Amino acid sequence: MTTTSPTVARRRTAARGRAGAAVTRPGFAWAVPATLFFVLFAVLPLVLVAVLSFTNWNGLGSPEWAGTANWRALIHDHTMIQSLWLSVLITVLGVVVQTPLSILLGVWAAGKQRNRAILSAVYFIPLLLSATAVSVLWRALLDPNFGVPAQAKWLFGNGNLLGEQKGAIGVLIFVGAWQYTPFHTLIYQGATRAIPPVLYQAAALDGAGRVRQFFYITLPQLRNTMITSMILMIVGGLTTFDTVLILTQGGPGTDTTISAYYMYQQAFKSFNFGGGSAIALVLVVIATVISLVVVRVSGYDKMRSTSEGV
Amino acid sequence: MKRRPNFLAGFGSLVWLFVVGFPLYVMLAATLQSQSDYSENGPLSFPKHFTLHNYTQDFSNGFGQYFLNTVLVTVAVVALVLLLIPPLSYAIVRSNGKLSTGAFRLFLLGLAIPAQAVIVPMFYVINKAGLYDNLIGVILPTAAFSMPVCALVLTGVMRDISPELYEAMAMDGAPPWRVFCQLVLPLSKGGLSTIIVFSALQAWNGFLFPLVLTQSDSSKVVTLGLYDFQTEHGVDIPSLLAAVVLSMLPIFIVYLFARRALVQGLMGVGGK
Repeated sequence: MTTTSPTVARRRTAARGRAGAAVTRPGFAWAVPATLFFVLFAVLPLVLVAVLSFTNWNGLGSPEWAGTANWRALIHDHTMIQSLWLSVLITVLGVVVQTPLSILLGVWAAGKQRNRAILSAVYFIPLLLSATAVSVLWRALLDPNFGVPAQAKWLFGNGNLLGEQKGAIGVLIFVGAWQYTPFHTLIYQGATRAIPPVLYQAAALDGAGRVRQFFYITLPQLRNTMITSMILMIVGGLTTFDTVLILTQGGPGTDTTISAYYMYQQAFKSFNFGGGSAIALVLVVIATVISLVVVRVSGYDKMRSTSEGV
Repeated sequence: MKRRPNFLAGFGSLVWLFVVGFPLYVMLAATLQSQSDYSENGPLSFPKHFTLHNYTQDFSNGFGQYFLNTVLVTVAVVALVLLLIPPLSYAIVRSNGKLSTGAFRLFLLGLAIPAQAVIVPMFYVINKAGLYDNLIGVILPTAAFSMPVCALVLTGVMRDISPELYEAMAMDGAPPWRVFCQLVLPLSKGGLSTIIVFSALQAWNGFLFPLVLTQSDSSKVVTLGLYDFQTEHGVDIPSLLAAVVLSMLPIFIVYLFARRALVQGLMGVGGK
C-alpha cells in the first residue's frame, strides 16, 4: 500500500492545482440504475429473509405471522445444531487443507520458467467448471460399482466412500480442494510476484537458504493475502451447497447435512419456509461475524502494510 | 542471481498436475466409449472402440433446449451487467458526492451476501412478480449477484485512468457523457472484458437460482439438466460424463478466446 500512496497524492495535487473547477464530474444519477437494481434483487431480499423468519409460510398461500416460533424451534432442533457443527468442521478442514497447498503452489507458480505458465493454465481448469459439473464428475468417478474404487480396491477397500460419514466428509473436503485450490493458488501467485526482489537479494547476501527465505520473507509478506484468501474460504465453506446436494444429499442419514443444505431441505423439501429463513439468517450472521473477527484480529482493517521497514 | 532448481517443489507441482489432470482424463476417456465397454473394462482403461454416441444421446435427451436456455440467461446477464456497471463505476470514481461513496460501500457489503441467504425471499418475490418458471426470474437475481465483484473490478480499472486525461477533455468542454464514451469506456476495455468473462461464468455455471426458481423442462438450464440427468439415469456414466463435458465446452472456448482479449485490454490501459 505504501508504494501506491505517493502516486495517489501526486495525482490529487495535480488535479486540484491545474484544472480544478473546470473538470465536469458525473452526478449520482449515473449510479442510480445499478444501485436500484442491486437493492431490489439482493439487499431487499436480505431484509425480507429476516421478516420471513418470523412467519409461517408453506410456499403457496401468504406468510402468516408466527412470532418467535421458528426461532424457538431452531434452538431445540438437534439436526440444526449438528448441521452447524458439520458446517464449521467442513469449513475448518477445507481451510487447513487448501491454505498450505495453495501457498506452496502459488509461490512455486510465481517463478519464471515457461513450464510453470503452462502448468498454471492446466491448474486453472477446475475453476471453469460449475460446482454442479464438478460434483457430478466426482460422483461418477467414485461410484462404488462402476467407478474408480471398483478397479482400485487396494486403495479404496470396499469402495463405498460416500456410504459412511468419515468417507463422505473426506470426499467433500477433497472435491472442495480440487475445485477451489486453483483459485487461491492464483491469488498467492499474484501476491508473491508483488514481493520486492530486493528482499530476497538481501537475504541471499546474508546467506539465507531457500527454506529460510520462504519462512522469513515470503510468508510474512503474504500475510494480508492469506487473510483475504481465508475469509473467502470460510464464507465459501459455510455456504457449500451444490456439492452436498449432488454428492451426498446430506447423507448417509444426516451425516453431511450442513446448514446451507438443511436450510434448502427445510424450505423447499419440507415446505417450512419460515424455518428455512431462520437458518439462512443464522448462516449470514455467522459468516459476517467470522469475517469481521478475522479482519479485526489480524489488523487488516487498519491496512497495515506488509512492506514495513522496506 | 544463480539458483539451483528446486526439485522438491517441481515434484510437488507435478503431483498436483496429476490430481487435476487424471480425473479430467478419466472423464474424457469414459465419454468416448460405449456404456458396455465402460462397465466391462472399467474407468481406468483406454477406450478401444471410439464412439460419439454418448454425446448425440445427450442431445436427444433435451440437452439442446437446455443449452439454448443457458445461452439466453448468460447473454441477458452479461448485457445487464454491461449496461449497469460501467456508469456506476464512473460515478464512484469521478463524482464528488457522498451518495456515490455510499453506493460503493453498499456493493462492497454485497460481496459478503451468499446467494443461499436470500433464496427463500427470492422465491417469494419472483412468485409474487409472476416470474416463477420463467427465465427472466433467473436472469434478474443472477445478474444482481454478479454485480458486486464486477463493480469492484471496473472501479479499480477506472481509478487508474490519469486525471490529466480528464483535464484535457474538460478543456474541450466535454460533458460527462462524452467523457464517459470517448475516454472512460475505451480506456477500460481490459476491465470490461474481465467483467464480461466473470458474469458470463457466473451465469453459465449458476445452479441455485435455476434450481429453486424454475420447474419445467422448457425453462431448464444446463446445470439443472446435469443434476436431473444424474438423479434419473445415473447408471449410464459415460453419457452422464459426456453431459459434463458438453456443459463446460462453451466456457472453455470463451476462456481461450477471452484470455487474449483480456491481455490486449490490459495493454490498452497500460500503454497510454
